[in-house]
Amino acid sequence: MSQFFTVSVLLATLATAIRFAVPYLLAALGETIGQRSGVLNLGVDGIMLLGGFGAYYTVLETQSHLAGIGVGIAVGLFMGIVYAYVTVFLHAEQGISGIGIFLFGLGFSDLLFQELVGTPKPIKPLPTLDKLPGVGGIFEPLIDIPVVGELLFDHNLLTYFALLLVPFVTWLLMKTTFGMNVRAVGENPQAADSLGVSVAKTRFIAILIGSSLAGLAGATLSLQLAIFQHNLTNGLGFIAVALVYFGAWQPRWVLAGALLYGLVTATRIRWQSLDIIPQSASDIAAMAPAIITILALVLLASRVRGPAALTKPFSRH
Amino acid sequence: MENAPLLQMPLLEMHGITKSFPGVLANDNVSFDVHAGEVHTLLGENGAGKSTLMKILFGLYKPDSGEIRLRGEVASITSPTSAIEQRVGMVHQHFMLVPTLTVAENVALGLPSNRGFRTDLDAVSERITEISDQYGLAVDPGIEIWKLSVGERQRVEIIKALYRDAELLVLDEPTAVLTPQEVDDLFVILRQMTADGTGIIFISHKLHEVLELSDRITVLRNGKVTGDTTPAETDRQQLAEMMVGREVKLAPDKPHVDLGLARLQLRSVSVKGDRGTIAVDDVSLDVHAGEIVGIAGVSGNGQRELAETIAGLRPAEAGSSVMIDDIDLTKANPAQSRAAGLSYVPEERMKDGAVGEFDITENLLLIDHGDAKFRKGPLFDFAKIREHSQRLVDQFSVKTPSLDTPTSSLSGGNIQKLIMARELDSRPSVILAAQPTRGVDIGAAEYIHSQLIEQRSIGVAIVMISEDLDEILGLADRIAVMFEGRIVDVVDRSVATREALGLAMAGG
Repeated sequence: MSQFFTVSVLLATLATAIRFAVPYLLAALGETIGQRSGVLNLGVDGIMLLGGFGAYYTVLETQSHLAGIGVGIAVGLFMGIVYAYVTVFLHAEQGISGIGIFLFGLGFSDLLFQELVGTPKPIKPLPTLDKLPGVGGIFEPLIDIPVVGELLFDHNLLTYFALLLVPFVTWLLMKTTFGMNVRAVGENPQAADSLGVSVAKTRFIAILIGSSLAGLAGATLSLQLAIFQHNLTNGLGFIAVALVYFGAWQPRWVLAGALLYGLVTATRIRWQSLDIIPQSASDIAAMAPAIITILALVLLASRVRGPAALTKPFSRH
Repeated sequence: MENAPLLQMPLLEMHGITKSFPGVLANDNVSFDVHAGEVHTLLGENGAGKSTLMKILFGLYKPDSGEIRLRGEVASITSPTSAIEQRVGMVHQHFMLVPTLTVAENVALGLPSNRGFRTDLDAVSERITEISDQYGLAVDPGIEIWKLSVGERQRVEIIKALYRDAELLVLDEPTAVLTPQEVDDLFVILRQMTADGTGIIFISHKLHEVLELSDRITVLRNGKVTGDTTPAETDRQQLAEMMVGREVKLAPDKPHVDLGLARLQLRSVSVKGDRGTIAVDDVSLDVHAGEIVGIAGVSGNGQRELAETIAGLRPAEAGSSVMIDDIDLTKANPAQSRAAGLSYVPEERMKDGAVGEFDITENLLLIDHGDAKFRKGPLFDFAKIREHSQRLVDQFSVKTPSLDTPTSSLSGGNIQKLIMARELDSRPSVILAAQPTRGVDIGAAEYIHSQLIEQRSIGVAIVMISEDLDEILGLADRIAVMFEGRIVDVVDRSVATREALGLAMAGG
């Protein structure tokens, strides 16, 4: 245990925690926008798997991370169109439609992986700031700043993007006309409709933003791990959905929740590699995220009220 | 007048509007017009076609035939947005407000962004303040809707319409949720708007309000216009008859009944509401055999919580006491309350009073399903059960195609009669009836009232919670007024006045 409580190990664990938090954060921020508009998307995990595979395979074939990220987002966008069409225009029940998207993503990503790749082949890892072509030199010395250097500067660009997305999503929801419409259709779609706000259009766009971010979250996961395998997410997308409740539909609290999960995961892996806990106990430790989720939902869910129209399809009559 | 033809051209003309839904002719060749500067009331029972006509005007329904003209020109109104663009505003009965958004945000919803991706809420707030000042519609633009009172929310709805320069404003049952004082305030505002040339369509079934506010009155029944009159030419009785199509008794006859012992005794009853705050605060009340006690008050002042506590659905705080015929029911569950002789007609009849998907027979059996007389061994004796249902349906004249009809397909009045049949059949000693005729047509209301009076005659103690002062004044022997969880006044019917009750309802 004592070897864990050294400054260098603790800092490294925190840095890893931030990195692990990114897929949670991206997916949960996207889901926050969707839920604020009144749409629950339980298919996030499936969209992440498809986006993750798309990104992985693209990098494997083209060696371009940028292309991989683009494909991840595009896959998410496409799945979002399917989900939005079914739930917004066909008024399908959201819970079961989301499960359908998840199962499709789980199965189809594995099928594509088996057919196109077969055995896991690693791809080149995402560069951290100091390894970025051209500008890496600027950041290299910063990492050596004692204590905070590694924590702040030893990350890839997606990490910074995800963190900047937190204030951006807050601004989008609270300050823009679109955000006002999103909040209105999530609370009282009849009221929004009576003033000429298109409930369908607003929800459609909110779902597309959410699913694109889910696709990006999947891409981030596979590119950070530089690998793909069957069920790579291992339920991460579901925890991201729970994080939205955990975070009371507020981006900053969603960030707090994502960091907590990142920390739990990072600590477990660190303890395992330091042999602090035996392999058998590590399986139990792997349940920590699920247990935290359940506890958090039990304690918090009854206290905060979510969007009033969440999961309720809207039609005029 | 010859030199002012423009003034005489109606703001709105609806000609020969017909609209049918499967099995129902909702509007049958209805014609209706509104001039600038007048209040034209649409009067009719539920299902008479008022809402359909207004939904057509607001672009929510497309008429099968007929024509709408605005300012003399044929208008095509295809959506709420196009109605708003043509300066038609609507204050819906169920407010169309987003509780978590501010007043300014609610007003700005649907308007195009005017500052890049953003809406200039400061400019919106400024304009709201101007409108507020002009019409005395005091409200803070920066406050979230959920923090406002019902009366203030209604002002926001009116501001929303005025902000969009509505020349024609439809108010759908605007007084249903207001105290009498708030109604007076609203009428002052509406008169000022008509003085400025706004045309107002007022929808209500409260006859004295209709007579007070209207310039003209159009009565609808079964989708047809059955009356077109002015307050000077008519009275409450005549209006009610035009609505129902037959003679009605607005004030039920109440025989004299000697007061018996106190059957329901409430002592220092305090109850917490859904939010954990005190909703009923130290209420004490006796209701005697042969007496109807009316509990008046604007909804949300603790009446629902009090009713639920008496019915055993909500726990009372320590120190409270609820007794029926000397049986202590303070900690009773609903079955124990019923066993002690309570019948409960809940406010939300489709939520707490009946199961919509169940058929008539099943709903009539809800409180008796454990009774041995309906069983044959471990199974239901359906022959007996159906016989019992048929008897109740006939006795309470519930209009239904069959005993197997899903209850949700009945009208509000018939569902209420069904619930009354079930509750009164159990020979109660105390009846607790919450909003017994809300949303019920006049005919059914008349019947329900006569049933309550009959129960009073046979020595039942009755508590009637109602927001409708006419109903309270027509039926109650004593009137208790609830405000902010307390009973602020108890008066005998013989000395009660509408004005004094209204004042007490507003906490004055």
